[in-house]
Amino acid sequence: MATPSLATASPAAPAPPPNRRPRRRPRSALGRARRREAIALVMPSLIPILVLSVAPLVVGIALAFTDARLVRRPDYDVVGLENFGRLAENSLFWDSLRIGMIWTVSVTLLQLAAAMGLALLLNSGLRLQGLTRVLALIPWAMPPVVVAIMWQMIYSANGGPLNAVLGSIGLPGDTNWLGDFSTALPAVIVVGVWVGMPQTTVTLLAGLQQIPAELHEAAAVDGASAWRRFTAVTWPSLRPIVTSITSLNFIWNFNSFALVYVLTEGGPGGRTMVPVLFVYLEAFKNRNLGYAAAMGVVLVIVIVAVLAAYLRSQFRHDSTEKAR
Amino acid sequence: MRFLARPARYAALAAYILFLGFPLLWLISASVKSSAELNSLSVNLLPQQWHWDNYGQALERQGLVRSAWNSLVVALTSTALVILIALPASYVLARLRGKVRMAGVAWILVSQVFPVVLVILPLFLILRTLGLSDSLAGLTLVHMTYMLPFALWMLQGYVSAVPVELEEAGSMDGASRLTVLRVIVFPLLAPGIVATAMFGFVSSWNEFFFALVLLQSPENYTLPITLKMFIGGEGKVALGPLAAGAVLAAIPSIVFFSLLRRRLTSGLMAGAVKG
Repeated sequence: MATPSLATASPAAPAPPPNRRPRRRPRSALGRARRREAIALVMPSLIPILVLSVAPLVVGIALAFTDARLVRRPDYDVVGLENFGRLAENSLFWDSLRIGMIWTVSVTLLQLAAAMGLALLLNSGLRLQGLTRVLALIPWAMPPVVVAIMWQMIYSANGGPLNAVLGSIGLPGDTNWLGDFSTALPAVIVVGVWVGMPQTTVTLLAGLQQIPAELHEAAAVDGASAWRRFTAVTWPSLRPIVTSITSLNFIWNFNSFALVYVLTEGGPGGRTMVPVLFVYLEAFKNRNLGYAAAMGVVLVIVIVAVLAAYLRSQFRHDSTEKAR
Repeated sequence: MRFLARPARYAALAAYILFLGFPLLWLISASVKSSAELNSLSVNLLPQQWHWDNYGQALERQGLVRSAWNSLVVALTSTALVILIALPASYVLARLRGKVRMAGVAWILVSQVFPVVLVILPLFLILRTLGLSDSLAGLTLVHMTYMLPFALWMLQGYVSAVPVELEEAGSMDGASRLTVLRVIVFPLLAPGIVATAMFGFVSSWNEFFFALVLLQSPENYTLPITLKMFIGGEGKVALGPLAAGAVLAAIPSIVFFSLLRRRLTSGLMAGAVKG
């Protein structure tokens, strides 16, 4: 925050000119009034956050140590780590976590690659930019349910345009993309990339436009090839943005529910059963609230661990770069 | 970047345009095809006959108009509420240093990490205790709360862009803090507020998971839930009207996002850079 707000009250400010000295005395009273004011301004946001966001999180973690069930009159006991013990032996859950990791990592990486390509194209002075930029927003704007309905039509085994095109160029044109064990997960991943690409593109493009043109020109004068300029100028400048958008995409993709739920409902045979869907079914179909909460807790731990490892490697990379 | 010759770059751009744009074109095309054509094996992007009747059928279907109305009410109310409560708080976030700001920013970040799937279980119980389960009011409050991080983030970015000198000038002239906010700061934020509101509206209008869990009675369904019910087991709808309903559901979001285009980038970046 570079805003110089309240700088007059900060001890680090240069010594005030003598004529301002009389104003210093009521400062603590003023500070208290300011603080009260700040609390009053924040309160309306704080209450819903505490009731509908922090409390559920705390209760959710607590539920993981109980045998609560989703019934009219909740009556449950604290069971300690029993849920986690059961979970350790639930191979379906770990399968689901593995599928969730494949889904999250592939979608995040492919999003980044596709978005980087498009952002570079959009930044290189071609025509059709306006059209592309508007088009690129559509997947971002559309309700996930509509996206899923739309892609079901694209993937439709008979009468779907994808199979029609493949058939017309002599490839097998009767694949049941969302129904076949081997194609369901990749097909869903493509939809995930389609949905998430625009936001990444817009973010990367904004980053690209902040790189001073002189850097590229200087590199070009030095005779650097396009690839060399990308690795030496563009990529290092974009790194902070890439790190933050990749982390966010990772979280969003891991937590994404509507898309897979409407596209396949986790099928066929659990091949697209991402963990969020698995927990939802355990809680609201099997009504095992405590057990589902334990799964939720495990998911939080997994995602925080992966994210921490990623961010750490990024920071370490940065500091070695600087040390060089 | 000059990795590729110009024609190759145009070819790559065309591939992107096709990938991004074709699915929507196909959906629109399906929404104006007769069921005979949709069921035939011939596959054309342009319909042999424009069959607008699908839209009529979609609108006549029980539940679609009603759930669109529900979605509208929830989205408008939750957006208005979120702006109302986020505006003062974002001012504090942007202008104050110290613990308040640290806690605020930390919460905004943490709220991105925790999986809704863990939060939804107790949320369901809490709303039931408050007597707000299976109600649009409950869903509105939940949407409001979960829009807050983003609204705060965007708005505090816009607040920091307002020069503090303006406020100081105002208070020198003897205006109270609240007057300064009302007369000087908030009007300057108007474009930022509009952008945040449009984004909030779209995220509520599109939202699926909370609505799925929190609403049980069909008369309370929002549009995404009704559309999902159209394809699931009961009341299977013909493809044409389904596509028409899907197109109608996507229109408000797409319109708002096109209006938002520039602001969204700059708003996100303002938050990102200044944070």
